[in-house]
Amino acid sequence: MNKHLLETGLNVNRRHFLSKLSLGVGSVALGSLLLPDLFKGSQEEQMDKIISGLPHFAPKAKRVIYLFQNGAPSQLDLFDYKPMLNKRHGEDLPESIRKGQRLTGMTAGQAHFPLAGSKFKFTQYGESRAWVSELLPHMASIVDDLCIIRTLSTDAINHDPALTFFQTGAQVGNRPSMGAWLSYGLGTENKNLPSFCVLLSKGKGNGQGVYSKLWTNGFLDSVHQGVQFSSGENPVLYLKNDESIDMADRRKMLDKLAELNNESMAEFHDPEIAAKVQQYELAYRMQTAVPEVTDLTKEPESIIKMYGPDALVPGTYAANCLLARKLSENGVRFVQLYHQGWDSHDNLPSQIVGQCQDVDRSSAALVTDLKQRGLLDETLVIWGGEFGRTNYCQGKLTADNYGRDHHPRCFTVWMAGGGVKPGIVYGETDEFGYNVAKDPVHVHDFHATILDLLGLDHEKLTFKHQGRRYRLTDVAGKKVSGLIA
Amino acid sequence: MKKNAFLTILGIALLIVLAVSCLDRKDPTGAADMPDKISYNFNIRPILSDKCFACHGPDVSKQKAGLRLDIADSAFAPLKESKGEFAIVAGHPEKSEIYRRVTSKDPSYQMPAPESHLSLLTEHEQELIKKWIKQGGRYERHWAFNKPQKTPMPVNEDKTWAKNEIDRFIMAKMEKRGFHPNPEADKERLLKRLSLDLTGLPPSLETMNSFLADTSANAYEKQVNALLGSTAYGEKMAVHWLDVARYADSYGYQDDNVRTQWPYRDWVIHAFNKNIPYDQFITLQLAGDLLPGANKEKILATAFLRNHKYTEEGGIIPEEYRVEYLIDKTKTYGKGILGLTVECAQCHDHKYDPVSQEDYYKLFAFFNNSEEKGFEGDVSTSFPAKTPMTTITADEVQKLYSFINHRDTSSLHVSIMKENKDTVRKTYVLERGQYASHGKVVRAAAPKAVMNFDTLKYPRNRLGLAEWTVNKNNPLTARVFVNQMWQEIFGNGLVKTSGDFGMQGELPTHPELLDWLAVDFMESGWNMKRLVKKILMSATYRQSSVISPQQKEQDPDNTYYSRFPRNRVTAEFARDIILSSSGMLNRTVGGPSVKPYQPPGLWEASTSGRGELATYRQDHKDKLYRRGMYTFIKLTLPPPSMMMFDASNRDQCEVKRMKTNTPLQALIMMNDPTIMEASRVLAENLAAEKMDDKNALENAFRRIVLRKPKEKELATITGYYIDQLAQFRSGKLDVKTTLDQGEYIHNKKADPVAAAAMMKTILLIYNLEEVLTKT
Repeated sequence: MNKHLLETGLNVNRRHFLSKLSLGVGSVALGSLLLPDLFKGSQEEQMDKIISGLPHFAPKAKRVIYLFQNGAPSQLDLFDYKPMLNKRHGEDLPESIRKGQRLTGMTAGQAHFPLAGSKFKFTQYGESRAWVSELLPHMASIVDDLCIIRTLSTDAINHDPALTFFQTGAQVGNRPSMGAWLSYGLGTENKNLPSFCVLLSKGKGNGQGVYSKLWTNGFLDSVHQGVQFSSGENPVLYLKNDESIDMADRRKMLDKLAELNNESMAEFHDPEIAAKVQQYELAYRMQTAVPEVTDLTKEPESIIKMYGPDALVPGTYAANCLLARKLSENGVRFVQLYHQGWDSHDNLPSQIVGQCQDVDRSSAALVTDLKQRGLLDETLVIWGGEFGRTNYCQGKLTADNYGRDHHPRCFTVWMAGGGVKPGIVYGETDEFGYNVAKDPVHVHDFHATILDLLGLDHEKLTFKHQGRRYRLTDVAGKKVSGLIA
Repeated sequence: MKKNAFLTILGIALLIVLAVSCLDRKDPTGAADMPDKISYNFNIRPILSDKCFACHGPDVSKQKAGLRLDIADSAFAPLKESKGEFAIVAGHPEKSEIYRRVTSKDPSYQMPAPESHLSLLTEHEQELIKKWIKQGGRYERHWAFNKPQKTPMPVNEDKTWAKNEIDRFIMAKMEKRGFHPNPEADKERLLKRLSLDLTGLPPSLETMNSFLADTSANAYEKQVNALLGSTAYGEKMAVHWLDVARYADSYGYQDDNVRTQWPYRDWVIHAFNKNIPYDQFITLQLAGDLLPGANKEKILATAFLRNHKYTEEGGIIPEEYRVEYLIDKTKTYGKGILGLTVECAQCHDHKYDPVSQEDYYKLFAFFNNSEEKGFEGDVSTSFPAKTPMTTITADEVQKLYSFINHRDTSSLHVSIMKENKDTVRKTYVLERGQYASHGKVVRAAAPKAVMNFDTLKYPRNRLGLAEWTVNKNNPLTARVFVNQMWQEIFGNGLVKTSGDFGMQGELPTHPELLDWLAVDFMESGWNMKRLVKKILMSATYRQSSVISPQQKEQDPDNTYYSRFPRNRVTAEFARDIILSSSGMLNRTVGGPSVKPYQPPGLWEASTSGRGELATYRQDHKDKLYRRGMYTFIKLTLPPPSMMMFDASNRDQCEVKRMKTNTPLQALIMMNDPTIMEASRVLAENLAAEKMDDKNALENAFRRIVLRKPKEKELATITGYYIDQLAQFRSGKLDVKTTLDQGEYIHNKKADPVAAAAMMKTILLIYNLEEVLTKT
């Protein structure tokens, strides 16, 4: 019965679609076609969704743009102002503060842990009077739109597990990424684009790699996998036709292909054959739709100015921020950026300057741009890394140079839009910036909060796989109401 | 407005129908009808396990009200928190608290409790519970933990269909449900299916012609035997096993440098081709180094336990990672060989299966005495293998281990297993799974719930574990492997959750058949080729894959096997079909993995910049045309065209791949350089033959689709060809850019215009759904 219903639905839509085709699909605007959800999972999964009634409650945010700062930016040089560290610059971190907590293999052998005050000047901004360092003038100018959380904490102390934890809710294991969960839970808003897109860029500082496991669908259907996009010539893998083939020629082939596949359908009656025909049609539409979205050259000058001149250089963070806005605006549920280069174990003062130049202007521009378009309310923007950096120096401390090791116990992440409280600073760290003093937010809590903003109960968004129900928050997590508007 | 209300009601009604029919479909045993005799294992346990055990199951720390429902003693005992009440009173559902609660409408009383987020029992489930209690509420041991036994062969009404034992079981179930088997598939489709299932390669046109001409009674069996004897058989079988063994060519984690585990991959191919009995196959991989007379081949097999990722990230805490690697080994053993998801017990007692946290660490202990280190330096000091490793010299390869495809004079290094000599490293229960939280000391032992680990019989080391695993009384090992092989061929196992035979796993659709196959497999001396042949010789396998309206309506998932299931081939074999049918395939077996065409910039965009794999250095010439299984797997960025066709990312042990159908797959099939090149090469070669167009097109169709085209199909294709020809002649399409595809040498004898039109037509043919489908 259910199969029959679905097929009837598919056929009706297909006819509808084919009639649109004759009008020339190339000219049809993005997202305007009333088509069945072809970026869907298996029919079974669809049915499950119908029955479980997602989202669980009215969402505040519809989409997410996650600006991941890969390698872990130093909260102590950007957002978490600790004058005490400057006062006691060079003194050893008191054991009463460290409390014997574990260190990475890179500094565990150090005889001393000299405190390192930030070299950079901090000032208070906006109505929220949030402290921001001189490295981030553009972000400082929008603090009243930001919800700055100073008390994120994580369980992992090394990059790979920490990144994997932030993205999938577990340090190891092939679990689905946050974007894949949202795609699974909420589906797509634009039938011509994947619901989960990934954009990569490299900074000037010490880099830590990213890996496709971070945007994996895990055990979810692979339609929920993150699709890597770029702003260059070939925005999606294999999207571009060979130069000998134009769209009219391709259309001709697809018509013949459908004819032949329908022959096969008449013999076998296998619904997969009909589905295949539809996937080819969708692929064809993507060939027009994706380059339209990823083409940044048509953006007005004022916008380019806002994001900075790099916005026109494919593969830069600025270009990715602008591309993220375009994808999001066109209904992509989750846009995940990664910007490498924050892993400043040494020479932090010089490395961080370059990193901030890469990201400050365009991150702020993205928030402002969304706001101007009236999209910020329904788009959640997140900025932050996989952990923070230590208040003590790794390696040799001099008057104007220091490095910082990984610090999982407290670090800063900000969010904007999408139903979070604007213009607040949440949580407090101790005077040394080493431990959380008030209002901790664990990664699991952070995930629970994000899902909540999207109308999903983190305990209910589950998937049963090999005998166990899995969720993004594993077996923990509690939404942080103090962050929600 | 009225109309809307009507539509809403209609919608709700439909949803109810959908919900109910969904349940139907998930119920492979046909238990939607109320059985006369309720089986605990098949009717009741699935309900209790899903809805009750999370709070009333084996996990001591989560037990509510001190009640366990997974064991009879506790379920029949007086309730601790409700005086004079009992969870179950045999014969009296109305006096049984469990029945009263699952049928209650009162949220403060009903079960599952609302805060558990588990849905309430359906009416059907409630009825089952009621009837089961009425009949005495008898508990049974979990089916998969009972030793498999051959039951009497079912007697079929239809005496003519069955070709072997498999069919008797399949037919019995079909007859019970009123299904009829499909007729046998036509010979062309049969040979394609057979060839792909046994070798992952399509039959050549010559083989196809000789099979079509062979009218002898055993023509089919001759093909089965020939394919089983080909080298490609070992390669085909290896692809599945390499998923289990999470084989890859790099270390994974951030810097992800190159490693050389590939001699292990060559060994796996060799082992399947030699048809090493499965008990030995497993023993070698778990404990080859501990066997008497352990030579380097036996030691090499233990690389199975070392294929997991290995960090080269500076600053890690070695013990944290050493433990991580042990967890991976334990998981791989549990899921891949035993069919149990033991990893839940890493942090707490298993919520569903009787594997306690202590049992878990006892299993973990088997792997804990290796010389392995958690860290051997960062990527700047990287070496292609880690301690302990074996070194195989070029001379040894030549004289002793010729199955390793190693051509130069260097020595090979492979990470393998080796025990600490003089001491046994202590194993602790790790509280909450944390590497530094040592709890109670435990000694190595296998999970007793599966089968007792008799320490008088088995040594407490990996060899003991291997012996326990392949003991014929072990209820899981044979079932799990037989099921994996069934899944390889039919797309789904008889147990669909092939990695979980525990209580949360699905029940077998044909339990008697599964058991019969498992016992028969053991009785045959764990003969893998015999098992595969048995399945392929069955009438069940040979059926056509046409879906009738009755099948579509009543058995969309093909639970009753009244047809052969149409399934897309896996990623590696999709590539093989393209390379083979175009004549480009390089049939070299084994050796270092290769780097064929890949979209530019992928490795470069994601790398840290360190290590040999920071940039993708594409191979050239014949290395571009190796089988899919030899494509280099960099763990942090596995080959994208493979991933889009659902290949395993080899991050962890996997026993079952997904089968999705996405637009990205369509894009690959239209635009991948390999498919363009294959079309060009085959087109040029056909054009050079100077056949008439129709013959050439038919020839291309037969090479790719592996059957003769129907007249209508040929007409469509010819029409397309003629149109393309006209376009090229008129200059609307450009011959030169069209034929400028790939590095493969051009056939100078071909007329370029004819070749270009032919190439476009071949590209069309390659995109037919049937090409990548076992039909």
